[in-house]
Amino acid sequence: MTENAPAAEAPAPQAPAPEAVQVPVAPAADWENALRDARDRRLPRIAGPSGLVIFGVTGDLSRKKLMPAVYDLANRGLLPPGFSLVGFARREWEDQDFAQLVHDAVKEHARTPFREEVWQQLAEGMRFIPGDFDDDTAFKQLKDAVEELDASRGTGGNFAFYLSVPPRFFPKVVQQLKKHGLASPPQGSWRRAVIEKPFGHDLASARELNAIVHDVFEPDQVFRIDHYLGKETVQNILALRFANQMYEPIWNRSYVDHIQITMAEDIGIGGRAGYYDGIGAARDVIQNHLLQLMALTAIEEPIAFDAEALLTEKLKVLKSVRLPQDLGRHTVRGQYAAAWQGGEKVVGYLEEEGIDAKSKTDTFAAIKLGIDNRRWAGVPFYLRTGKRLGRRVTEIAVVFKRAPHSPFDSTATEELGQNAIVIRVQPDEGMTVRFGSKVPGTSMEIRDVSMDFAYGESFTESSPEAYERLILDVLLGDANLFPRHQEVEESWKILDPIEEYWAAHGRPAQYASGSWGPREADEMLARDGRSWRRP
Amino acid sequence: MKIDLTDTTASKINKALVQGRRAIGTPAVGMVLTMVIVTDEENAYDSIKAAEDASHEHPMRTLVVIKRHVRTLRDRTHSRLDAEVRVGSEAGTGETVVLRTYGEVSDHADSVVLPLLLPDAPVVVWWPVDAPDAPAEDPLGALAQRRITDLYAFERPMEVLETRARNYAPGDTDLAWTRLTLWRSMLAAALDQARVRITSAAVEAEADNPSAELLARWLEARLKVSVDRVVTAGPVVTAVRLGTQNGEIRIDRPEGPLATLSLPGQPPRTLALKVRPTSELIAEELRRLDADEMYAIALKGEAAKENA
Repeated sequence: MTENAPAAEAPAPQAPAPEAVQVPVAPAADWENALRDARDRRLPRIAGPSGLVIFGVTGDLSRKKLMPAVYDLANRGLLPPGFSLVGFARREWEDQDFAQLVHDAVKEHARTPFREEVWQQLAEGMRFIPGDFDDDTAFKQLKDAVEELDASRGTGGNFAFYLSVPPRFFPKVVQQLKKHGLASPPQGSWRRAVIEKPFGHDLASARELNAIVHDVFEPDQVFRIDHYLGKETVQNILALRFANQMYEPIWNRSYVDHIQITMAEDIGIGGRAGYYDGIGAARDVIQNHLLQLMALTAIEEPIAFDAEALLTEKLKVLKSVRLPQDLGRHTVRGQYAAAWQGGEKVVGYLEEEGIDAKSKTDTFAAIKLGIDNRRWAGVPFYLRTGKRLGRRVTEIAVVFKRAPHSPFDSTATEELGQNAIVIRVQPDEGMTVRFGSKVPGTSMEIRDVSMDFAYGESFTESSPEAYERLILDVLLGDANLFPRHQEVEESWKILDPIEEYWAAHGRPAQYASGSWGPREADEMLARDGRSWRRP
Repeated sequence: MKIDLTDTTASKINKALVQGRRAIGTPAVGMVLTMVIVTDEENAYDSIKAAEDASHEHPMRTLVVIKRHVRTLRDRTHSRLDAEVRVGSEAGTGETVVLRTYGEVSDHADSVVLPLLLPDAPVVVWWPVDAPDAPAEDPLGALAQRRITDLYAFERPMEVLETRARNYAPGDTDLAWTRLTLWRSMLAAALDQARVRITSAAVEAEADNPSAELLARWLEARLKVSVDRVVTAGPVVTAVRLGTQNGEIRIDRPEGPLATLSLPGQPPRTLALKVRPTSELIAEELRRLDADEMYAIALKGEAAKENA
C-alpha cells in the first residue's frame, strides 16, 4: 500500500483533464475519519462511496423490493452522497425511462414517504444499460458507465452486482463480468456479487453454482440473500437468547420437549409454475429459510457477533443434524387440492396452469430432524412449510416439557397445556409466552394464557424492511446476515436424502387448500405423542 | 377516550388511566418510556402534537405539566391540580395526561409526576420553552435520565449555551444539537470519501444560531483546527467548508431541502438535507437514552475536553 504516498511534494500543475478518471486514492493505512467516533451514536452507519448494479431490473423483485429499499435507505440518510444505481435489462430505454420506472416503483412500494429532494439526489446517479447477457457491447457500455460514475459521482470503484435473474443466467452474467474486467476491483476498492435463491437444487448443482461464482468473485465477496435473515425478528432470536439471562438456562434438552418451525403461505404457486414444478416446497423453503431458522434457534453462543463466528456456530449445528432412520414415517409431503379457502374457491396444484397432472412436486413438506449434540440430543425439530395453508405465518415454537410434579389435582390442570415460547417471525412480529394461570374464581382451575411482546407495540413504525437492511449490509461489507456457501452445501446434505427417498417412494398426499396440511402430517406427530400447534 | 378530573390527586389519575385502558379493551400496552413535558399553556398544544407523532416510533406515556398563572392572592394560597387523561386514539400510540397545577402545588410538580411514571421504564423530561439553568438539578429533571432542552427557544441563545456548558450533567441534550445530525452525518460521509486531512474549517450561518456554534465547536474538537464563524442571511446553517491540501470540501444549503456537496476534483452533487420538524427531532432523541458524550464535547468545546 505504498503507491499514493505523498507523491510529488511539489505542487506540480497536474492539470486534471476534465474527464480524467479519478483513480480512487488508496488511503494511508493510518487515516482515520476524525468526525467519526464510537461514542457518537447519532451518526448512522452510512455505506461508503459505492454503486449498485441490478441485473434483471425490470423484474418483480426489483420493482417491489429492491428499488423501494434503495429509496428508503436514501430517505433515511444511509446512502453515501453520490450513490449510483445502474439498471441492466433487455429494453430499449434511456436513463430517463429507467428513472421513471424507479420513480413509479418507489411511489407505489416504498415504506417511507416520498420526498422530492431525496428523489433528486438519487435520480442524478441513475444509469440504464440496455442489452442481453451475451451482448458484449452492453457489458462494454456497463464498464464505461461504471468508470463514468467513478469520475462524476465519486463511487470510488466500489460496485455491487445484484443478480436478480433466474439462476440459469448466473454463469453467463458472471463470466461476462469477468471478461470485461468488471469483477476485479481497482486497488483499494471492492466488487461484490449478490445472488438470490435458489442456490442449486441439490448438493451437486449447488457446488457447481458456487464454483462458477467463486471463479469470478472471492467467496467472501459473494452475498447470498436469504431475506428471512434480514427480518428484525430473526435477528432478535440471537438477542433474545444471548443478551438475556432468563431464556438460555432452559434452552436445552432438560427443559425443551420439542421445537416446531412453521412457514405457511396462503397463496398457491401463482404464475411460477415453470420455476416451481420439479422444485417443490422442501427445496424452495426448508433448504434455506427453515434450516437457517433452525440453526439460529439451536446454535451455541458465538464468540463474537461477526460473520466468521456465526458461520462457525451455524455450521456446527448443520453438521450435527441427524435424519430419522425411517424417512417414510417421519417425513410427509403433500399437494394442495381444490377446495374453498377463506371464502374463495381455488384449484388444486395438479389443475394449475402449466402443471403436469401427474406431477409429484410437493407443495407441503414436513420433516423431523434431530441435532446430535449435548444440548439437543433427543429433542426433535419439526419443520413444516406449505402453500395454500390456513394463513400466512412464519413462527418458531419452542415447546417445553410439563412440570415434573404438580401439587394440583388432575381436574385443576385439565386444561393446562405445555409451556411454550413462540417467536412470531411474520406477520405481527413478536413473541408469545404461553403458560398456565389460575382462572379467577373460588375453585382452583388452571388454564393456558399467553403473554405477548409485539414489535408493533414497543417499536412501532420504524422497523425497516429486510431488503433495506440487507442491501445496506452488502454495501458496508457486513456478512453477518448472509448464509455462506458452506452452509448452503450442508443444508443440501440434509435435504438430499429426503428428496431421494421421496423420488423413489409413493406420491404426495393431497390436502384441502386452506387447511393446515395433509392428515399424514398430523399422524407423523401423533406417532411421537405430539401434535402441531395451530399457528 | 378522555377523562377530565378537577381538583384531583395522582392516585385518582392512576385509577382513571386503568379505567380508560380497560374501557378501550387494551389493558396491557407495551409503552417503552415516560415523557414529561414541562411547558406553558401557549406551547402545550404543539409540544403534545410533536410527542404524539414521536410516539408512533416510541409508544410512551406522556405527562404534560402546565403551571398555570394565578392572579389573585386567594388562588395563590389555594393550590389545585386538574388533570385530563387521554387514552386510545386521542393519545397517539400511548397515553397522555395533561396536568394543570395552580398555586403552591406548582412548586411540587414532581410529587404529582413521580407516582405516574411507568414502572421500570426510562424517564425523559423535555422543556420546549423556559428550561431551567441547570436541568439536572431541577426537581423534575432529577427524575429523568434524559433531559431535553432547546436553545432555539431563548432570546439570547449564546448566553444560555454558556450556562448549559457550565451546568452540563450526563443525560443533558439539546434540540439545537439534534438538528445537526443530518449535517454531521453528511460531513462525516464526505470525509469518508475525501480521505484527507483537514487544515481549516468554516461554518456559515445566520447570526446567533446556537446550532451553528455547536457545529463549529464539534468540528474544532474533532478536527483540531480553528473554525471560522461566518454570518450569513440564513436560514439557519447555510454552509460548512473544510479546507484540505487539494481544495475545499463544502456543503452548501442556501435554502430549501436541497444541498450541494463539492469535493476537490469531483463534480458537485445534490444532497437531501431538510430542516426536520420537532416530532422527528424528538423521535431521534428518544432512540438513545444514555448520556450523549459527543454533545458534551461539542458543548464544552476543545478546552474542557483536555480537562476531562
